[in-house]
Amino acid sequence: MIAIGARAPVIPTFGGSASSYACERANRLFCANWVSRNWSSVLWPALRQHIVLSVVAVAIGFALSFGLALLAYRRRRLEQPVILISGVLYTIPSLALFEILVPFKPLGLSARTAEVALVSYTLLILFRNIVTGLREVPDEVREAARGMGMTNRQVLWRVELPLALPSIIAGLRIATVTVIALATVASYICDQGLGVPIFAAIQDGVFKTELIVAGGLAVALALCADGLLVLLQRALTPWARRETSRAT
Amino acid sequence: MPAPDTARPEGTSGFAAAAPLELQRVTKRYPGQAAPAIAELSLEVPAGEVCVLVGPSGSGKTTAMRLINRMIELTSGDILLGGRSVLERRPDELRREIGYVIQQVGLFPHCTIGENIATVPRLLGWDRARIAQRIDELLELVGLDPEQMRGRYPVQLSGGQQQRVGVARALAADPPLMLMDEPFGAIDPINRERLQDEFLRLQATVRKTIVFVTHDIDEAIKMGDRIAILREGGVLAQYAPPAELLSRPADDFVAQFVGADRGLKRLALTTLEDVDLIQPNGLQPSGRRVPLRSTVRDALSMILTAGGRPLTVVDENDRVAGLVTLDLVGGLLGAGGALADHDDRAGAGDGGAADGGAGDGGAAGGGGATA
Repeated sequence: MIAIGARAPVIPTFGGSASSYACERANRLFCANWVSRNWSSVLWPALRQHIVLSVVAVAIGFALSFGLALLAYRRRRLEQPVILISGVLYTIPSLALFEILVPFKPLGLSARTAEVALVSYTLLILFRNIVTGLREVPDEVREAARGMGMTNRQVLWRVELPLALPSIIAGLRIATVTVIALATVASYICDQGLGVPIFAAIQDGVFKTELIVAGGLAVALALCADGLLVLLQRALTPWARRETSRAT
Repeated sequence: MPAPDTARPEGTSGFAAAAPLELQRVTKRYPGQAAPAIAELSLEVPAGEVCVLVGPSGSGKTTAMRLINRMIELTSGDILLGGRSVLERRPDELRREIGYVIQQVGLFPHCTIGENIATVPRLLGWDRARIAQRIDELLELVGLDPEQMRGRYPVQLSGGQQQRVGVARALAADPPLMLMDEPFGAIDPINRERLQDEFLRLQATVRKTIVFVTHDIDEAIKMGDRIAILREGGVLAQYAPPAELLSRPADDFVAQFVGADRGLKRLALTTLEDVDLIQPNGLQPSGRRVPLRSTVRDALSMILTAGGRPLTVVDENDRVAGLVTLDLVGGLLGAGGALADHDDRAGAGDGGAADGGAGDGGAAGGGGATA
C-alpha cells in the first residue's frame, strides 16, 4: 500500500519546486513568488518556444500564401479552389486537426504537427489579403506603369506589391494574433509553448498562478506582435498616412 | 534618319529630336467580333507635330493610340516610329521611348512626385545626379516649384497639379513621341483651358511628335496641327489641319461632328494679328479695347456684347493697332473673304451659321443658325 501523502501532493509539482510557498498552500489565485521562482525554469522557456512556434508558422504560412496569391493573381481560375481548400482547413477545429495529423509518420506527436496545423490556419487570411491587396491596385496606376515600359515583374515588385502592403500587413496582423492564440493548443500534442503551463494548471485544478501568468503572457505577446506589425506598416507605407493631410 | 536612338537624351537641357510616326493600313480585329475595331487606318504624323485623334465613342480613337505603344497588339498593318517598325521592338523597351499620359493620370500613390517623374529614367538606368537634375528641370517646365513638390505624395496635389506631374513624368526621358489619352478630360473647364494653354506653350519648346486623343472637337481644333476624325468602327473620316477640316469637311459625318458652328470655330483659329484692321485715320477710337492677340471669335463675341459697336484693337504696349467691326468679321467669312467657306456643297445651311449667329447677339458661343 502506498502512502497517499507521499505520492499525490495537493499542490502540483509541475515545473519544479512549487509546493513550498505560503500563498500556494493558501490556494490563492496568484502567487508572485511562484512567478519569480519559476520564470527562468518554466515561463521563459515556454514563452520562447511560443514565439518560435508562432513566428515559424506565420513565416511558412506567409511564404505559401504569397506564392499561391501571385499564382492566383495571374490566373484567376486558381483563386476559388485555393480559397475553398484554405477555407476548409480554416474551419477544422484545431484539436480535430491534431487528431488527423498525428497518425502520419513524419509528424506524430511533435512540434512539426503543431506547425502544420498552425500554418493551415494562416493560409486563408494571408492568401485572401494578398490577393485583395493586389486586385485593389487602381487600374490607371497599373496602366501607367505598363505604359511607361515596366515589365510585368517590375510592375509587380515596384508598383503592385508596394501598394498592396497595407492589405498584406493587415492580413499578417490577423494571422499572427490568431496563431499566437492557437499555439497554446499545441501543447496538446507537443511539450512546447505557453500552453504547457496552462494545461498543467487546468489538469490539476488547484493551482492557478501558472494559468494566469501563461495566459497573460500569450495575450501580451499577441499585443506586442500586433504593435510591431503596425509600426512596420507605418515605416513601409509613409505615403498612406498623408491622405488625411491633403494640402492644395 | 537618326530614329531608333532619338529617345536617348543628349544632356539635361537638350530635348531629343522628335520622330515622325506613320500608321500603315493598321487594322485591329478582336476575336469573336465580326467588325474590326480599327479598319485600315493610315496616318502620317510629321516629326514635331500634334495629331489629334477625335471621334464619337466607339470610334476606336483610344484603341488606335494604344496600338502605337503596343499596349494593344495590332492584327495587320504596320506602325513606323522614326522609320522603324514598332513590331520589331520589345514592347517594354519601345514604351520607354514613348511618353504616355492618360486621363486618370495614374501617378504612383506610394512614390513621391520626384520618384514618379524618375520612373522611366530609373528604368533606363540613369545615374542619381542626372535624375535629380532632370526632376527639377521638368517640374519647372510644367510650372511647379521643385522645392515644394519634389517630396510630396500624389494625394497631396490637386487634379490639375497631378496632371502636370503626369506630363512631366511622360517627358522625363525625352521621348521622341508622346501619346496623350484625354489628358485634360477629368479637369474642370477653367483649369482645363489653363492646362491646354500651358501645354501649347510647352509643345512650342519641346517640339515632340504627339498623338492626342480627345472626344472634344473644340479641344482638337485648339491643340492639333492635324486632326484625324474617326467614325464608328475605326474608319478614318478625314485627316486634315483644323482650318481645312472646318472649311472643307469631307462628308456629312465630319460636317456634323465639327458642328453647325464651325464658322465660329474657324474664327477661333485666327487672331486679330492676321486680320486687315480698319485704320482709324487719325480719329481717336472710343470703343472697348481688345488685345491684338485675341482670336477673331473672342473679338466677335465682344462686339456682340457691346451692342454691335466697333472695338479698338491694341498691341502689347497699349498702342492702337486699328478697329474691328461686325462688317469686317462678316467679310472674313463671306465669299472671297480670308476665311471663306470652301465647301460648295454646304451652301446656305452651314455657311450661314456664323453670319446668322452674328445677327442674333446671344449666339456667340452656341452658333444657332437663324439663316
